[in-house]
Amino acid sequence: MQLNNTKNISISLAAAACALLNTPVQAEEESQADDWKFDTAILYYGETDRVQLAEGVLNAKKDFGEQHIFNGKIAADTLTGASASGAVAQPSAQTFTRPSGNGQYAISPGETPLDDTFKDTRVQLSAQWTQPLWENVTGSTGGNLSKEYDYFSLGVNGSLAWDFNQKNTTVSGGLAYQFDSIDPVGEAPVGLSSMVINSGQFSDDSAFEQAFNATRTTDGKDKSTVDLLLGVTQVISRRMLMQFNYSYSVADGYLTDPYKLLSVVNSEGMTQDILHENRPDKRTKQSFYWQTKYASDYGIADVSYRYATDDWDIHSHTLDSRFRVKLSGNSYLQPHFRYYQQSAANFYQPFLIEGSLLPSVASADYRLGEMTAFTVGLKYGQILDDGREWAVRVEYYQQSPKNSGFNEPGALQDLDLYPSVDAVIAQVSYSF
Amino acid sequence: MRNRSTNCLFVAIIIMGTLTLNGCANIGVKPWQRDLLAKDEMALDAQGIDLGLDDHIYFSKEATSGGRSFAGGGCGCN
Repeated sequence: MQLNNTKNISISLAAAACALLNTPVQAEEESQADDWKFDTAILYYGETDRVQLAEGVLNAKKDFGEQHIFNGKIAADTLTGASASGAVAQPSAQTFTRPSGNGQYAISPGETPLDDTFKDTRVQLSAQWTQPLWENVTGSTGGNLSKEYDYFSLGVNGSLAWDFNQKNTTVSGGLAYQFDSIDPVGEAPVGLSSMVINSGQFSDDSAFEQAFNATRTTDGKDKSTVDLLLGVTQVISRRMLMQFNYSYSVADGYLTDPYKLLSVVNSEGMTQDILHENRPDKRTKQSFYWQTKYASDYGIADVSYRYATDDWDIHSHTLDSRFRVKLSGNSYLQPHFRYYQQSAANFYQPFLIEGSLLPSVASADYRLGEMTAFTVGLKYGQILDDGREWAVRVEYYQQSPKNSGFNEPGALQDLDLYPSVDAVIAQVSYSF
Repeated sequence: MRNRSTNCLFVAIIIMGTLTLNGCANIGVKPWQRDLLAKDEMALDAQGIDLGLDDHIYFSKEATSGGRSFAGGGCGCN
């Protein structure tokens, strides 16, 4: 016992001495401005036979002294490929009108209808300023702007963080407001209107155009989102840190995806009509997020869990874990595992049955249906001189949509209505 | 009988409260014990670029977003 105490005291003394020796250096650093610090990355995301995305990011950070920190970020991405439209596969070939109304695309028998018209480029800018406001209170405010061909998004945020208990506990609260405006290709379709498909029934092109335009609306397609985020961060021990967040979010406005469709099938499972989806115009979400980091002698474990729930009845569980293993020569290896599970939205319908009452809201978007997904990945990084670092990561992501209890009539029983989606994520990053 | 169970509950709350308070007193570190916590890789948002890119992917492919930070808006129309 005596021995242990002596040992503890000597360790504490050594740590205190180190801390004292370090203090002047730290104090000097705090008052001085740092150089700019840049983090860059290029990401490739590719789904088998579906969406391909390439994204580049540049993040610039500078401490102007006394913890007055600027963080700016620019991201650009380009998206191509096909995405599931929501319509069901059929034993025979299907024809759909492109969202613009110009032309058609055909889907082979037994294939999940994919809309291959996606081609978009997005540029996103964001800036954040953080500084101490009063003793132990830090404020942060920022904005972001994102522009795509058919989309515009603008947001502002502000938060306060209060440190106490010798900076072992931090309580924070923040608010964010986001405004989004969508201007869909070919204008937004009227919710649950029938897709106009030219099968030769129109006398000329203008007759088709007139019928097509009758299913379009030029009403404002905006939405606004307000997020409240409350958090507590607690230092548990010399090796462990924990965070708990609660968030409440209200989105109001046009929440429909103008490109998604919904099949109406008869009792034999044969498609009789194709509708444009329609979602509720309000969504209230809540989430509970817990994260912990643990520094062991071998590396750092980072584990988080999120439970989210909303008034669309989507409940989800997300478990995410990374373990950064120290290797020799300033390098590290980091396995990553993520598991995700969600229940279906209360208006999710993989298809509608002909003759049944048409609901006021319905979507066949598999992303609103029941699903599980997992990600496995590996990252290798190396820390170079002067704080420079490079890293590469490769991950595999698989989504498995599920039938949440819908009976499949006739021909639909022999078709795969819930195909899984496989994607590869590859990223190279460099910091300097 | 009712009094006895109320007392038991009261004692249990006191014991639990004391344990919790003791636990609280023991958690946290002194300023000179922050050697590991001060490392960049121990920050909760370490590798922020990766987290941002992942958020973009999962926001577009799943029904839930946010939690770690603001969920924000965005299209996700793909």
